Amino acid sequence: MKFGVLQFPGSCDEVDALSAARRVGDAELIWHGERDLGGAEAIIVPGGFSYGDYLRAGAIARFSPAMESVIEFAGNGGLVLGICNGFQVLCEAHLLPGALLPNTNRHFTFRQLELEVLYSGGPFTGACALGERLSIPAKHAWGRYYADPETLAAMDRGGQLVLRYAPGENFNGSLHDIAGVCNERGNVFGLMPHPEHAVDELIGGSADGLKIFESMRMSVEGARA
Amino acid sequence: MRARVLIRPKAGILDPQGVAVERALPALGFAGVANVHVGRLVELDIEDSAQLESMCEKLLANPLVEDYEVELLQGSG
Repeated sequence: MKFGVLQFPGSCDEVDALSAARRVGDAELIWHGERDLGGAEAIIVPGGFSYGDYLRAGAIARFSPAMESVIEFAGNGGLVLGICNGFQVLCEAHLLPGALLPNTNRHFTFRQLELEVLYSGGPFTGACALGERLSIPAKHAWGRYYADPETLAAMDRGGQLVLRYAPGENFNGSLHDIAGVCNERGNVFGLMPHPEHAVDELIGGSADGLKIFESMRMSVEGARA
Repeated sequence: MRARVLIRPKAGILDPQGVAVERALPALGFAGVANVHVGRLVELDIEDSAQLESMCEKLLANPLVEDYEVELLQGSG
């Protein structure tokens, strides 16, 4: 299968996302000015500081030509994964509910942490067991997930709260320890931690992040079969 | 026409920047300060001020988590 990885001015994790995706399939970069997604069967919006995080993280990237195509792609049911800044971009684009706010600890924080899989029925965590713990690093200053109480309750009922920080790991102050959420349809997923930085035990001591990419591959190839 | 847009965190949503400033002030000897909030100011020249509302909703603010106020300034350009 083929992944497309967006690249904005200010992206910095697109190369790791590309190499993580290449462990399970083919992957190409897509420059933000392109409208053509190059036949990608799944899209990754990577981490970084798109457009310098001006105004609000993700606010300006949302209007790039590539994102217009991604919005259409998601509308047709295509899989879209947003990591860190990519998660912020997907929220700003209204592909995901809620918003990401400055960490309550007021610092850019970088650490390896444990996540718990709350929902393993969807295309992004299908390779994980329910309740499984994933060791994945996070590094951000704007990671506090927020949605209003009614939205959160509906998301909880709909299996949209996919990943949460394990007890003691929620340094950013996210409501309900939420680390990753999907849309109602289940084809768009965003998380603050970086699965693409945890794909090889030689680097960082965990390859748990690979399960996200593997889940996407299984879903795309399953749908094709 | 010159316009000014004030954007601030919605009431009830924790504003860590405001908290940091609030804690820094007493350290410099400024007493009796409470409820500090830090927002953003956008100033712009605009031909059609009727566009401001939609501009705020779509880009300048995130209405999920921020409130905004538009102010039109007299005799400027």
